[in-house]
Amino acid sequence: MRGTNLALGAAGLAAFLGLGEAVPRLGLVKEAYFPPTSRIAGALGDELADSAFWTALGDTLTGWALGLAIAVGAGVVAGVLVSVVPYLREATSSTIEFLRPIPSVALIPLAVLLYGTELRSVLLLVVYASFWQILIQVLYGVQDVDPVAEETARSYGLGAWARVRHVLWPTALPYVMTGVRLAAAVALILVITAELVIGAPGLGARIAVAQTSQAVPEMYALIVVTGVLGLLINVGARTVERHALAWHQSVRGEVAV
Amino acid sequence: MHPRLAVSGLRKVYEGSGRRVEAVRDLTFTVEAGELVCLVGPSGCGKTTLLKCMAGLLTPTSGEVLLEGRRVTGPPPDMAFVFQEYGRSLFPWMRVGENVELPLKQKRLPKGLRRELVADALRSVGLEDALSAYPWQLSGGMQQRVAIARALAYEPRVLLMDEPFAAVDAQTRADLEDLVRGLWRERGITILFVTHDIDEAVYLGERVVVLSASPTVVREQLTVDLPPERDQLHTRVAPRFAELRTRVYEQIQAAKRDTPVDRLTKSDAPPA
Repeated sequence: MRGTNLALGAAGLAAFLGLGEAVPRLGLVKEAYFPPTSRIAGALGDELADSAFWTALGDTLTGWALGLAIAVGAGVVAGVLVSVVPYLREATSSTIEFLRPIPSVALIPLAVLLYGTELRSVLLLVVYASFWQILIQVLYGVQDVDPVAEETARSYGLGAWARVRHVLWPTALPYVMTGVRLAAAVALILVITAELVIGAPGLGARIAVAQTSQAVPEMYALIVVTGVLGLLINVGARTVERHALAWHQSVRGEVAV
Repeated sequence: MHPRLAVSGLRKVYEGSGRRVEAVRDLTFTVEAGELVCLVGPSGCGKTTLLKCMAGLLTPTSGEVLLEGRRVTGPPPDMAFVFQEYGRSLFPWMRVGENVELPLKQKRLPKGLRRELVADALRSVGLEDALSAYPWQLSGGMQQRVAIARALAYEPRVLLMDEPFAAVDAQTRADLEDLVRGLWRERGITILFVTHDIDEAVYLGERVVVLSASPTVVREQLTVDLPPERDQLHTRVAPRFAELRTRVYEQIQAAKRDTPVDRLTKSDAPPA
């Protein structure tokens, strides 16, 4: 079953790439704007041999990882605090619901005003977009604490901090993991956007340069790279999730008793 | 000398969203050190409320619970609680050993001692091999054994058990009953065992406290004068067992029939 799926997936991808090769060659679209797959592959090969590409990739990944780390840290701390401190949740929910839907890209002018094209500019946008993903999941996760588990912990003398650590956090962890997976994807979008629009160094800026210098196959090659990045990030996040939640119903599957 | 546990004038009224429910009206009874007392009552009679007040998990509206003369205001360190919902009471993210060990870590016991207590408690419930399994890899009966082991390792002077075997099958239940009686005789812990099962109460207890329907008062206290050596095969067919269970059964039926006389006249505000 798994082998069949794999074969089908590979066949589908091959057909897609073949179509990408054939359509421009047959003159159905302008080759200048839609270069055939083989030329994109060639351009990708050139990119991989260029040290400037690797520097750009490094910049992009730095912005992504730093931004995500800050967002996760801040989101978890804020989420736990808001849930644990009495009345804080009620007091903050309207503000959260107001701030959360603001698209991060709307803050691009602000970021440029504050930090120009520095890394901090990118971080501001990435953190703003990812933070809410984490915060909301933590808030949901904390609500999921089982009253029996909580009472058990209290009856065995676990104090407030011990209950956060041993009951609340493990309960919220599956939600946090979902939040991290969503935030990781959003962070990538925002890093590329910031680089593309603001011109902060990275893959996005390189795409913009390729576009303005009419290097169309290179532009496509770079887009392919960002796609692959997104794929790897998702696979990576799922792997981390599976390891961290080996005990959880969603991962452990059916157990023979 | 104070009794190990004394409940006096305990009353618990739940209030919220315009509803006022008097779960426990006026309960007074004592449990002596080393006793195994079973509390039975009709379903919904506030047994769990009572037990949670005794464990310091709920604050009574009035009255008090004394543990060796000291008033219980929060979960006391020498009391352990075994819940009915073992699957939710054990932490699925911890292995069996870690579950049993966690309360000991909170007591700041040294590592060597913790390990000894965990191993000893698991041996007592016949699960020494389950140390590194996750609770959800075990059957229901085994999970409740783990919960009992966690309570034992805590070395409590009083063990409160809230319908611990209500969710396991009959055969497992018989085994667990014998386990509890065995542990009680070995370790001399004071046990207060809440159940809705009359046979179980008579089989396990040295004394049975029969509660009325909610709002709860003590209806009767019966000393179970069966021999200390009990087994599922013979004890349950002994004529004295039948007499006792009939007596408890009658009391419970009567409790269901006549709700306390002053219920309608003195009721503060009838539940809307």
